[in-house]
Amino acid sequence: MNMQNIKNEWFGNIRGDSMSGIVVALALIPEAIAFSIIAGVDPMVGLYAAFCIAVVLAFVGGRPGMVSGATGAMALLMVGLIADHGLQYLLAATILTGIIQILFGVFKMAKVMKFVPRSVMVGFVNALAIMIFMAQLAHFVGETWLMYALVALTLAIIYLFPRITKAVPSTLVAIVVVTVIAIFGNINVGTVGDMGALTQQLPVFLIPSIPFSLETLMIILPYSFSLAIVGLVETLLTANIVDDMTDTESNKNKESRGQGIANIVTGFFGGMAGCAMIGQSVINVKSGGKGRLSLLVAGATLMFLIIVLGGLVVQIPMAALAGVMFMVAISTFDWASVKNLNKLPKTDAMVMVATVVIVLMTHNLAIGVLAGVLLSAIFFAAKISKVKVTEELVIKEQKKIYHVQGQLFFASVNDFPNNFNFNDSIKQVEINLTHAHLWDDSAIGALDKIEMKFAQNDIKVHYTGLNEASKQLKNRIGGLSQASGH
Amino acid sequence: MKGFDDSMFQKILIATDGSDHSFRSTQHAIQLAEKFGGTIDIVYVVDGDTAKSDVLNSTNKYEIEMKRNEKIQAVKQMVLDANIDCKTHILHGEPGPTIVEFANDNDFDCVVVGSRGLNKLQTMVLGSVSHKVVKRVDCPVLVVK
Repeated sequence: MNMQNIKNEWFGNIRGDSMSGIVVALALIPEAIAFSIIAGVDPMVGLYAAFCIAVVLAFVGGRPGMVSGATGAMALLMVGLIADHGLQYLLAATILTGIIQILFGVFKMAKVMKFVPRSVMVGFVNALAIMIFMAQLAHFVGETWLMYALVALTLAIIYLFPRITKAVPSTLVAIVVVTVIAIFGNINVGTVGDMGALTQQLPVFLIPSIPFSLETLMIILPYSFSLAIVGLVETLLTANIVDDMTDTESNKNKESRGQGIANIVTGFFGGMAGCAMIGQSVINVKSGGKGRLSLLVAGATLMFLIIVLGGLVVQIPMAALAGVMFMVAISTFDWASVKNLNKLPKTDAMVMVATVVIVLMTHNLAIGVLAGVLLSAIFFAAKISKVKVTEELVIKEQKKIYHVQGQLFFASVNDFPNNFNFNDSIKQVEINLTHAHLWDDSAIGALDKIEMKFAQNDIKVHYTGLNEASKQLKNRIGGLSQASGH
Repeated sequence: MKGFDDSMFQKILIATDGSDHSFRSTQHAIQLAEKFGGTIDIVYVVDGDTAKSDVLNSTNKYEIEMKRNEKIQAVKQMVLDANIDCKTHILHGEPGPTIVEFANDNDFDCVVVGSRGLNKLQTMVLGSVSHKVVKRVDCPVLVVK
């Protein structure tokens, strides 16, 4: 990359990037706090993560203009680890997540993303939305009608305030207004302070205090692996959205590496693992942010606000945060997918619903994605394994021609021999494979079997129309299996 | 009609959201173009939420592009069927300001927009694109209800 390019990515849009950076910082605060509470950690852990990830990615990210930070998808994956082992293990898992993501980037695994079908992606965001929504319900237990009233007020401000101005994020306005009402109205509702202590200081470099043993590694590895996968799935989805919004291209492998570096740094500075945020990225682009500077400004502003306003954070009523999370859930959910559910191909709809159900049952987005990919692979194999065989009799030569159409491989060859009539009183058979492709040894094995059965009735078989790749495969394996068959 | 001359509406811009509402505004735009012998440009704006939904529901960017072109194809076909020169533009941003900027930068003589027919609450929450366009575009605007 040349100097001109670097200069343009950083300083091509100073005004727009500075303004949008401030807006993003303000919009990051409510979510970083709320996601920390979902994960079950001190709000500072989410705020540190938002700061570290934003600043690091400003320098090493592959998609300028995209915003990353503490996210709901990642927070939901950590719940078990924190509940069972505590914060120090989370920090170690965050660092390991980063290492795995760098490896993904180095080995150019971003390409693998195309194997995640869109129905799985839709299932992923829908499940995420439902889980964020469900996580809020616990805050209503044992609360009075005041809680419901404050949540309703929060949502009203979030959705109506943009009609007045879009310069200030409506989520922050809602939080400020509801907090002020709760403090000065002496309203007794649960606050952030009830959920954990808040330390008002700059993040410092620390090595997680955990025993460095194989046992520790085995505890954090499954979590780190899930975090790495989910983080990259959401990041690359977000990168595609920002690509589309700005009509530009971005380097996905570089972004994957960048996410890894950001998570390693975050882990050492006491933050939780994060990834790209769809909502925040859309806000950034809409507010005029395009370049790397917007992320740096967002990080710096965020740190400034944490130090100045840190003391007030504990006073925020949980009702306000629950309201913000409801909004996040509503905007994360892909409503079009429900509307179009009956219009989609049945298998696509099934994969989407299955992904959602599996995530909700396992409380693990990574398992849902893997299961969804597996299920679509099975459906794909079923779809492509339909092989058509048509017969044509040439009486003069006492010969029958079978035209085979489709893909011959392990999933499709089971019933394949049933298409042939081995008891015809003919002299020879021609199997025309012009519209077929042989993929594996199962395909060769099936053809050998057919040849053998015809041979038992003294019928000679020969093949026509084999394409080059299929011919090579047949020559390589066919001889072997025939040799072993006799 | 006093003050009108034959070159009044030479360059007409139709802003469409690809919905059925656009057909009526397109008919009016065609009538204008026929009367004044003008050309028609069609603009379709992709906002953040649409971008998210399109990316989520498509395998790659070529499919996205194809789907968007399909969306404006019906409108384009109506114009072409009337033997009027027609160009299409797919832009990114917030619909209101993006349409305004495009119309003002390219010196259109008239902008034709459809009104979605929202009720008061919907207008309050979603905002009215046609209202923004009427207020800030330099040339005359025809809002088709």
